[in-house]
Amino acid sequence: MFDQQRMNIVIVGHVDHGKSTVIGRLLADTGSLPQGKLEAVKQQCLANARPFEYAFLLDALKDEQAQGITIDAARCFFKSNKRHYIVLDAPGHIEFLKNMVTGAATAEAALLVIDAKEGVQENTKRHGYLVSMLGIKKLVVLVNKMDLVENSQEAFERTVAEYTAFLAKLNLEPIAFIPASARSGENIVSPSETMPWYHGKTVLGQLDALEPEGETEKIKAPLRFPVQDVYKFTAQGDDRRIFAGTLESGQVSVGDEVAFLPSGKQSRIASVEAFNEGPKTTAQAGQAVGFTLTTQVYIPQGELMVKVNEVQPIQARRFRANLFWMGKAPLIQGKDYKLKLATRRVPVRLVEVLNVLDASDLRSVVGKQMVERHDVGECLFETLKPIAFDPSALIDATGRFVLVDDFEIAGGGIILEKVESKETVDQAHVRKREQAWSTGYISAANRAAACLHHAKFVVFSGPPEVGKRKMAMELERRLFMERRNVYYLSDANLNGGLDQDIRVLMRDKSEEVRRLGELARIMTDAGLIFITALGGADEYDLLQLKTLNLPNEILVVHVGENPPEQFKADLVLPAGIDPKEAAEKVYQLMSRYQILEYFI
Amino acid sequence: MDHLDRLEAQSVYILREAYKEFKNLVMLWSIGKDSTVLLWLARKAFFGHVPFPLLHIDTHFKMPEMIAYRDRAAKEWRLNIVYGENKEALEKKLTYPDGNLDRLGCCKNLKTEALKHTLSGEWPRWRFDHNLGQYAPDTNQEAYTGVIVGVRADEEGSRSKERVFSPRDAQNDWDVGDQPPELWRQYKTDFAPGTHLRIHPLLEWTELNIWEYVEREKIPIIDLYFDQGTGQRCRSLGCWPCTGKVDSTAKTVPEIIEELKTGKFANIAERSGRAQDKEGGGGLEALRRQGYM
Ligand SMILES: Nc1nc2c(ncn2[C@@H]2O[C@H](COP(=O)(O)OP(=O)(O)OP(=O)(O)O)[C@@H](O)[C@H]2O)c(=O)[nH]1
Ligand SMILES: [Mg+2]
Repeated sequence: MFDQQRMNIVIVGHVDHGKSTVIGRLLADTGSLPQGKLEAVKQQCLANARPFEYAFLLDALKDEQAQGITIDAARCFFKSNKRHYIVLDAPGHIEFLKNMVTGAATAEAALLVIDAKEGVQENTKRHGYLVSMLGIKKLVVLVNKMDLVENSQEAFERTVAEYTAFLAKLNLEPIAFIPASARSGENIVSPSETMPWYHGKTVLGQLDALEPEGETEKIKAPLRFPVQDVYKFTAQGDDRRIFAGTLESGQVSVGDEVAFLPSGKQSRIASVEAFNEGPKTTAQAGQAVGFTLTTQVYIPQGELMVKVNEVQPIQARRFRANLFWMGKAPLIQGKDYKLKLATRRVPVRLVEVLNVLDASDLRSVVGKQMVERHDVGECLFETLKPIAFDPSALIDATGRFVLVDDFEIAGGGIILEKVESKETVDQAHVRKREQAWSTGYISAANRAAACLHHAKFVVFSGPPEVGKRKMAMELERRLFMERRNVYYLSDANLNGGLDQDIRVLMRDKSEEVRRLGELARIMTDAGLIFITALGGADEYDLLQLKTLNLPNEILVVHVGENPPEQFKADLVLPAGIDPKEAAEKVYQLMSRYQILEYFI
Repeated sequence: MDHLDRLEAQSVYILREAYKEFKNLVMLWSIGKDSTVLLWLARKAFFGHVPFPLLHIDTHFKMPEMIAYRDRAAKEWRLNIVYGENKEALEKKLTYPDGNLDRLGCCKNLKTEALKHTLSGEWPRWRFDHNLGQYAPDTNQEAYTGVIVGVRADEEGSRSKERVFSPRDAQNDWDVGDQPPELWRQYKTDFAPGTHLRIHPLLEWTELNIWEYVEREKIPIIDLYFDQGTGQRCRSLGCWPCTGKVDSTAKTVPEIIEELKTGKFANIAERSGRAQDKEGGGGLEALRRQGYM
């Protein structure tokens, strides 16, 4: 019976082992090529006095034909009597590994090609490793160019034995090994007569025999709904506040109680929203939908919606992961990367490299503290803000991530487990910094005695346009009138100066926050009441400021809606209150906290 | 979920990702079947709304029915529609129908150049004013840096190698050899200032899928795709001097689907009616490297 569902497969293997030829044959022999295409390419070859290659049917780029290699993965469409396929023709050359990974990441099954004569090569192994890491569970191995080894069963068995042993180390068991000669079409679509000793399926026969990934398992798993965005199209006269995204697993219905992680906020599903569809009351894995909630909760994009009565994901900042690296610059410690996991984006740091493997032979390279291009490794990471995830073995969509280094996706990884730690990377940094901190002859106590107050870092945070800056400025004036040692820093000055180099580059606030925290440590060391207003900061940013400003103290004034819940602000003020009144309230609080204890 | 549900969900995800990550976003709308499906998918993604402008490049050689269809849809769905053109080339008659250029040169002038300069904001744009019921000069001259395009991988060789999020440099150049990786559903969404981006939500759709979806969703499609009694219809829409028709008596969407399935066209390239692809060696790859979509 014809299966309407389409299957994505990827063809991988070492350079020149015949991947593009296999696909060319598949397309030609299933009659999937446009009329005249085969003849046209043959004509072209004749005109240019070069032998015809089936690969030319796919290697469409001029450079590819000139060099006789595949550079970028091509998507090809073909149809058998069983179903439609998209085949991704991955390049075998190491230089184009990121293109191979791109092709393989969306595939449901992989066809790995090995040249019978050359045998198992470096990228035969590397690709095998990546296939397992990318989560492709169905692997078929094609031993190609059997004509070059006189169609010998022995030669075939040797390759089978060698590669089986390698895959065993990855806990990967291929579905089948098929001997074939792609160029002449032996065992690709029609069975071979030159290898009578082989009784298995042809390549196409084997592909058709693959069981498509069922949806039932994903639907049965716990709900994982990463919030992609929150919409309110008020200008178009639409008052719905819609939480949009794709269900990665599970299902959810109107009335279900849900929680958002890591914020922990809870609500109930009020409606399932869709366009040009009948009313819906439930949604399940795979669907891109939207929900409205019964209560007004503030949820930023990137949170993970789950059902409260199901197995919860893990929440942590530190985790162990397997990772492969494609970046031009190596993955190193002491640098902020951006982690993208489902719809969440947070800064992340490499804590430690536990093990680096040479993916071509799975040998560990000991003592390496970085992961270089084309390496795979096991690493410890720490995010600057908590993330909610699942071990990739349980739910793959919320267990895998990519790392962005300077605008480029440079690595991909799968999470193994949460790791406990006594100290965050920031805390360790502050501890070391403070051990080495040195001052002149004047101590903090000297300064406090002379200025009649303690040092303090005062931060006004909150959504845009609530009057934070005015309030901060009034507070400065109020304290200055009393001859306090106070300074208000406008964030605009940072943007145009200290942060000028990162303003254009980073849309994430993490580096700005780090610099402000270090600056505050210095300003408060000078004995100042150091005041600033910070827009768009969340509670984890505030927490980081607090850590970096240690051992001095911070006072957080939140203005407007959605005050931080886990890291509490010292004072919450309504948006738009009179700046003088606000300043007075903060002043009172400071007196009560005895920051101004010398004030009589 | 059937195969159309899956394709739809994937495209919706991509559109939402684009909308979240880019400020100066625009969607190209050629009135053809692919970009009309794309427009429909945007309405799916944003629950009936299209929260970014649609850009149409008017070559002035489009079939008149296309412009009428465009403006009707603009009103009915309250679309934010903008068009641009190569005024100079049209005034100086530097076109193929005027006999002054070959087909490729004409495409470059009326489409590629017009698109490039309309996107950058250098050339005037016209925006549909829903109060006036007609087009008025657009006051917004900011460059559009994210462009959503309805290309499909099955159309032609170089399109089969596209990324879903495909960066171009400020000259619109496409570095095919060095494209960013796309893993699982993570696309390249971080950019150095000055990068331009093409977003391709339809890459995995085939011509057949497009028609199956049109049928399922009952998307109103321009009549030019159907035989209106002459025994011929368009399979791909462009400018009238370069758009050939195919022999076909398909008068409805199901008839087109049947025709594509049972093989009459299964083996004839879809763009075979587009004469410009056949000129010169590189054809569409050469056009695309210059910024053609
Ligand atoms: N003798 C013989 N040669 C073959 C066979 N299959 C492919 N080849 C040849 O092997 C060479 C490489 O084939 P391709 O299909 O381009 O190899 P590939 O694996 O796609 O290479 P990359 O994409 O560059 O990694 C070509 O010259 C093919 O003609 C076969 O069955 N027998
Ligand atoms: Mg190849």
